[in-house]
Amino acid sequence: MPNKRLDANNITICGVGGQGIILASDVLCYAAFLEGFDVKKSEVHGMAQRGGSVITHVRFGKKVYSPLIEEGTTDCILAFEKLEALRYIGYLRKGGTVIVDNREIPPMSVLVGQADYPTNIDQRLRKSGNIQFIDATKMALELGNIRVVNIILLGVLSKFLYFAKESWEESIRKNIKEKYVDLNVTAFIRGREF
Amino acid sequence: MKSLLSGNEAVARGAWEAGCKVATAYPGTPSTEIIENITKYPEINAEWSVNEKVALEVAAGASFAGVRALVAMKHVGLNVAADPFFTMGYSGVTGGMVVVSADDPGMWSSQNEQDNRHYGRHAKVPILEPADSREAKVFTKLGFEISEKFDTPVLLRLTTRICHSSCLVDLERRKERKVIGYVKDIRKRLVLPAHARILHTVVEERLKKLAGYSETWSYNKIERGKKTLGVITSGVSYQYAREVFPDASFLKLAFTYPLPEKLIKKFARQVKRLIVVEEGDPILETEIKAMGVKVMGKARIPLCGELTPKIVRNSFTKAKKVTRKKDEIPPRPPVLCPGCPHRGVFYIVSKLKLVATGDIGCYTLGALPPLNAMDTCVCMGASVTNAQGLEKALGKDISKKLVAVLGDSTFFHSGITGLVNAVYNKGSLNLIILDNFTTAMTGHQPHPGTGKLAKGEQGRRIPPEDVARGCGVELVRVINPNDLETTEAAIREALAYEGVTVLIFRRPCALLVKPRPPYRIDPAACNGCRLCLRIGCPAISLIFPKDREKPLAVVDEALCVGCGLCVQLCQRDAIILSGEADAQ
Ligand code: SF4
Ligand code: SF4
Repeated sequence: MPNKRLDANNITICGVGGQGIILASDVLCYAAFLEGFDVKKSEVHGMAQRGGSVITHVRFGKKVYSPLIEEGTTDCILAFEKLEALRYIGYLRKGGTVIVDNREIPPMSVLVGQADYPTNIDQRLRKSGNIQFIDATKMALELGNIRVVNIILLGVLSKFLYFAKESWEESIRKNIKEKYVDLNVTAFIRGREF
Repeated sequence: MKSLLSGNEAVARGAWEAGCKVATAYPGTPSTEIIENITKYPEINAEWSVNEKVALEVAAGASFAGVRALVAMKHVGLNVAADPFFTMGYSGVTGGMVVVSADDPGMWSSQNEQDNRHYGRHAKVPILEPADSREAKVFTKLGFEISEKFDTPVLLRLTTRICHSSCLVDLERRKERKVIGYVKDIRKRLVLPAHARILHTVVEERLKKLAGYSETWSYNKIERGKKTLGVITSGVSYQYAREVFPDASFLKLAFTYPLPEKLIKKFARQVKRLIVVEEGDPILETEIKAMGVKVMGKARIPLCGELTPKIVRNSFTKAKKVTRKKDEIPPRPPVLCPGCPHRGVFYIVSKLKLVATGDIGCYTLGALPPLNAMDTCVCMGASVTNAQGLEKALGKDISKKLVAVLGDSTFFHSGITGLVNAVYNKGSLNLIILDNFTTAMTGHQPHPGTGKLAKGEQGRRIPPEDVARGCGVELVRVINPNDLETTEAAIREALAYEGVTVLIFRRPCALLVKPRPPYRIDPAACNGCRLCLRIGCPAISLIFPKDREKPLAVVDEALCVGCGLCVQLCQRDAIILSGEADAQ
C-alpha cells in the first residue's frame, strides 16, 4: 500500500453519480495535504453526476505531475458500487487493493432489459487483487443517514494509509457542515474499525 | 499560505487578488465554479447573467469604466458571446479584462469538443493556458496585467482537467486598484466603420508586440533534459507528457498566442527529435510547421477525445499494446434522478408519441430509454426555433403532434427570442417549459425565474408565464408535472390549440427538496406487468425470484425519494408507502 517513499500514491474512487464521491475525494485530499504531501485530484462535474458512472483520481506524494492516474498503476480502488468496481478494475496495479461497498445499483440498461447485471462480479474482482467487501450502505442506514457511506468507506481506506487519525478528523471537520461532523466522525470510526 | 484549490477556485482567487471588481458568467460545465467561488468575495460585484453574450458585454462595460473585469463561460458559451468578444479585440480595454473559456475535451458534459484556442486567433486576442491550479491563479493575475499593458482582452483558456483538478496553490493578498472612471473615447469604443478601419491596424500592430512579449514571458520555458527528445506542449498535456517522458527536454508553452517563434526555433535546434503533445486540434503543430520546424504530432496522437497519460504513452512509445479482452460490463450513462420533476412530462410526451424538439440541460436525458422522449438537441434555445422550422416546412399538421421542450434557465438564456419569433411569424408552436426553479445540471444556480441573485440576495423575480404573456402568447398554463392526468390533459389542450402555446410544468428539482418517505412494492399485489418501469425511475427494477412464476418489481428504498409518480401508473395498487402493510 501507499507510503511516503513513493513518488506518487494513487487512489481511484468510483461509483454512481450522486453517491458522495466528490466529497470523499475532498476529505482524502485534504488529509493527504495535512500529512505534508503534494496532492492532485481530478473529478468530473455536470452531466456525469446525474446517476452516471463516476471516477475520481487522487494522487499524492513528493511531487505529482498528472492529475490523472494511468491504468494499471492505482494502489487502491475505493468503489461505492460493485459494477463500478469492475468497470475501473483496469486501473489497479499488481498487488493493489479494492475496497468495495457490497451494493448493487442496476444501471438503466439493466432496468430496461437491454443488459444483465453481472452475477460473477465477486470472482472477477478477486482475480485482480486483494478485495475487501464491506456493507457500507447497510452500516450507513444503521447510522440513520445513507449519505455517510462515503465516510465509512474512507474509514476502511484509512487503515491502509499511514495518515494520523487527527488528519482525517480535521479533514472531516473542514469539509463537512458542522451539524453533520459528529455523525461523520462516528461513521469514519465504524469504517476504520471494520 | 498554501491551499488545495481546483482550477476554477484558483481563477476566482486570482481575480480577487488582482483587484478585480466585476465578474459575470452564465453557468456551464466545466466553468461554473469560477463565479460560484467569486461570490464569496465581497469586493467583487458578481452576477449570474442570463447568457454568455450578456455576461461578456456587462464585463466589457465594466472595463470601459476602468475597473478590472472577468467573464467566465464554457467553450460553447463563447459561441454565444463571440460577437462582443470579437469587437472587444478591436476596442481593447480600459480596466483589464480576462475572458475565461473552459473547454471540455472528452465532452464530459457538452455537445461538442470545439478547441477554443481557435477563438483567440480568430479574434486576435492573446491566449494564456495554465497547466494546473497554481498557474491558473497566477495567469489570471498576469492576464489582467497583459490586458492593460497591451490594451486587449486576454483569453484564459482552461480545460475540464484544469477546472476540476486540484493542487496546492500559494495564497496572496488582494491588491486594490484605483478606479480609473469613465472617460469618453469614441474612436476606441464606438466601432463605426471609420473607427474600426483604424482599430484593425492597431490590432495588427498589437499582435506584433504581443509576439515579442511572448518570446520573453517567463512561463514559456525550456526545461532541459536529454537532447534525444524534445517535447513542445501546453496545458494539462504538459503534466501527462512530463510523466511519460521523464528524461526528455521540454518547451512548456503557456502564452500560446501569439507563439514565441524564436524560442521555438531555439528549442528545436537543441534536440534531435521533436514532438508536440497537445489535446484537441493541431494548433501548435500547424503553426510550428509553418515556421519551417519539423515536428511530429497529430500523426501519432489522437485529435478526438481527451488525452490521458496512457494515450500519450501509447502514441509515442512502442509500448506493447495489451489488448485485454473487454469483459461485458453494462454501461451506466447518466439518468434523470429518482423523483425528477421532468419525468412525468416525458412519460406523457412518449405515451402520446409526440415529436419533441429538445434543448440543453438535465432534461436532455429524457431522450434516453425507456422514455425516448426527445428528438433533437442542437444548442441552448434551439428547441423553440427548431420546432418552428419543422412547422414551416411541414405545415400546421405537424404542430398537432409537436412540442418544443426546454428548461426554465434555458428559456431565459435564449428561448425568449425564439418565442417572440414564433408569435410574430404566426407560428403554431407548443412550448413546454420544465420549470424546476434552478439551473440544475450545472449544480443549481439561480436565474431570473427564481429571483435569487448570485450572492444569495433577493433580486426581481421574472415568472416565465409573465414573459410568455408579454410576448403575446394567449394560451399559457402552469401545471404540476407530478399529476399525470392533468399533465396529459394540458398537453392535449395545447396540441389542439391553433397558435402559440406555453405550458409551464413547475416543480422543484428533486435534489432541492427533502426526500419524502420511500415507497415499496407489495409482492402480493404486484404481478410483474412492468407498467411502473416505463417512467425510467432508477429506483425501480424488476427481479425474477425463483419461487414466483412472474417477475416482481422492487423499489430501492435507499434511492426512492417518495415522489409518487410510479404509484399513478400501477393498476393494482401494488406500490405502497414503505410503512404500510401488505395486502393480504
Ligand atoms: S438534478 Fe434535478 S432536474 Fe436534474 S435530473 Fe436530477 S432531479 Fe431532475
Ligand atoms: S416514488 Fe416511485 S417514481 Fe418516485 S422516486 Fe420513488 S420509486 Fe421513483
